[in-house]
Formats: sequence, structure tokens, C-alpha cells
Amino acid sequence: MAKKLISVTVNGKLEERAVEPRTLLIHFLREELNLTGAHIGCETSHCGACTVDVDGVSVKSCTHLAVQCDGAHVTTVEGLANKGVLHAVQEGFYKEHGLQCGFCTPGMLMRASNFLKENPNPSEDEIRMGMSGNLCRCTGYQNIVKAVQYAARKLQEAPAA
Amino acid sequence: MIPPKFDYHAPKSVAEAVALLEQLGSEAKLLAGGHSLLPMMKLRFAQPEHLIDLNRIPELRGICLDGDTVVIGAMTVENELIASEVLRERVPLLGEAARLIADPQVRNRGTIGGDIAHGDPGNDHPALSLVCDAQFVLQGPNGRRTVDAHGFFLGTYMTQLEESEVMVAIRIPSFATHSGWAYEKLKRKTGDWATAGCAVVLRRSGDVVSHIRIGLTNVAPTALRAEAAEQALLGQPFTDENIARAVAAAIAITDPADDLRGDPEYKTAMAGVMVKRALNTAWARSA
Repeated sequence: MAKKLISVTVNGKLEERAVEPRTLLIHFLREELNLTGAHIGCETSHCGACTVDVDGVSVKSCTHLAVQCDGAHVTTVEGLANKGVLHAVQEGFYKEHGLQCGFCTPGMLMRASNFLKENPNPSEDEIRMGMSGNLCRCTGYQNIVKAVQYAARKLQEAPAA
Repeated sequence: MIPPKFDYHAPKSVAEAVALLEQLGSEAKLLAGGHSLLPMMKLRFAQPEHLIDLNRIPELRGICLDGDTVVIGAMTVENELIASEVLRERVPLLGEAARLIADPQVRNRGTIGGDIAHGDPGNDHPALSLVCDAQFVLQGPNGRRTVDAHGFFLGTYMTQLEESEVMVAIRIPSFATHSGWAYEKLKRKTGDWATAGCAVVLRRSGDVVSHIRIGLTNVAPTALRAEAAEQALLGQPFTDENIARAVAAAIAITDPADDLRGDPEYKTAMAGVMVKRALNTAWARSA
């Protein structure tokens, strides 16, 4: 059960750690790197609160081993804003009140930002389908859809932002 | 929840993975997308001493054509099935059905081979493989063999895949012209397994059904091919009466488990509804 040495680029910074093979990515991020943005929700890959990007795709970090990320690029919600300027999805959730308690929000933001790369100009149905791996117990989803629509508009207007 | 301790292996080739399986025996499990195995390990339903991760084997990924047969690498993820132009043209059922499996994040990890090889009756690809006349390419210490999907599923978590074999690819013949297809899946929410599901592929010749496969998801210890139901329609006109005979024959072979999705009576009734819907959709598309 020897530890494995892994190198992972997290939010642009190279991190090298020895990890137990059974260490889940979510625990690696939260406990080794003190990146507590991604949340531990259901722990069974249903709720999406732990969603992060691994090599450009959305994954649920509760169902992914840290050791599998050796050599990978990981982005967490902490890496979303650019030098203090909110990402369009963060601004959208703020402007459209896309949250109440906020527990699901880091996962929602990471999924929304990745979804808008897959589909920059989505319909409402496509947003609901694209965000269907993230559960929210407060909002009823309506304002989350509006927040994603806001972000889509903003990104379309200024693609470089 | 944290899985129990294990040793981790990341082979770079199928041959290396097979050698590890031979060496480590029943203490080893193959790790594909991990969305069945890791939750089972967290709950201590599975406690392998070794995990052999197939994610670093490039030859197991991708979709290509071999003549008229679509060859899908076993580690191809669900979202790749959805995005595939080759599948959309050749076996359109597969990408369409994959949209009903799990959720966007899980579809970035979950693989077609893992879904099949796990042998879970709740998984969707077993019934889809049955109706597509799929074959599975398995590699073991003595080389490769190809087996039919029909007959592969022996029981819950039991398949013809031997302990030292790796599923390499899924081979599916292109749909013929005048084919119709459908996958109907009743589920409580996104990401849930089917309460009952039905896959259909058929061909029309005039007003007659000239080819038909009916597969059922999660209404028995394994995915089922409903052969008596197929016979009720094969060579027959697609009439309400023949559809009713097919539905009756399909529900006669179900043996669903009682769980939070419903009792056996309800699930059996819903299997009938899914069969009828899938047949009607497939027939309408076959024109």
C-alpha cells in the first residue's frame, strides 16, 4: 500500500505530493492543498458539489482518485476568477441570485464554466441538461438557469474576458 | 467516505494489464471509469487489494470502422459516444441512449466497457448491446477471443469475462437501411438507474417487421433479450394486436427486484409500457 508520488498542476501551480492510492481527489484538494472551495456533498457522484475540471472536462472529484491525476491539469473554483475579476459565471450567479445557502455553488460554477465552453450559446433546455449533474436544494434551479444565461451573454459579448 | 487501502497499478498496454491480472489473481480489480467500483469500495461492498487502472492505455479508447462494423474501444466514455459522428451515422441508438445514462460529469468518466463488464442489471449498455447484435473482444493470457453479447450476461455481476481477461472493444454492425431504433428508460431523476427500460432495433419491409431485437434493462438479474416478444412481431404486420402480444411476451420473462423504485408488479407493468413505447418509436423511424 505504498504511497505514490504525483505531480498535478492545480490552478496553474505545479504541486508534488506523495499520496495514498485511496486518496480521493476531493480530499487531496481540500486537505493536502487547502483548497476548500470544492465541497463534499453526497460522496456518491450524484450531487455535483465536488465538481472540478480535470484536463478540461468536468468531473466529480469524490469519485476520482488523486493518483489518477498524476500529470493532469486541475482547475477548482479558486482558479476561476482572474486576478480578482470574477469569471462571467461567478458574476452571473451574483447578479441573478443563483444561490441561497451556497453549498452547491462551487460545483455549479465549475460545471457552468465548463458547459459554456462546450456550448457557448445554449437554449434553456440545453442548460438544464448540461447542469443536470448538479443538485441544488434551495433555488429551484430557476435563478441558476438565469445565471448561466447571463454568463453566456457576457462571454459572447466579450469572448476574451 | 474513503475506500479501503489498495495498491495501485497503471499499466500502459492491454498486455501489461493482462499480465498484472494473471499475477495478482482474484485480489485485483480493473478500474475503468470508477463510478460503480469506487462507490462500492467506499461502502465496503468491494475490497480489492489491487486496482489496475485502465485509463492510461490509449489503445482502449476511440471509435473506428472495420468494414461495416463499428469498433468502440472499451474505455471510450459515454460523452464520446454522444459526440461520435460515426455512431450517429452507423448506430444512432447508442449515442442517443447514452444521453439517458448518468449525468454530464459522470459521462466524462463512465465507459461503455465498464458499463458492460460490470454485469449490473441496472446498467444500460447490456440491453443496448443485445439489440445491436454486438460482440465483445476480450483479451486474456492466451490472446483475444470474440464473444456475442447474447449469452454474455450470466447473472448479477456475473459475465463470461474471465478473471484474467480485459474487455478490449465492442463491435457493432452498422444498422441496415429501413432500420428503426429506440431506447425508452423510465427513471425517477437524472442519474438514476432505470425503473424499467427497453431497447428496440427493427427493420421494416413493406408493412412487415423483417428484423427485430428487443432488450430489457433492470427488470431481472441480468439484461434480457426478449426473444418470444421478438417472435410475436417477426414477419408480421405492425398491428396493435401483434404489439400487445409482444408486450405480453416481454413482461412474462421479467423478474424485477423489489426496491425503492417500485415493487415487482409496478416494474413489470412499466416494462410493458417501455416496450410498447420503444416499439412504436422504432417502427415510426423505420419508414
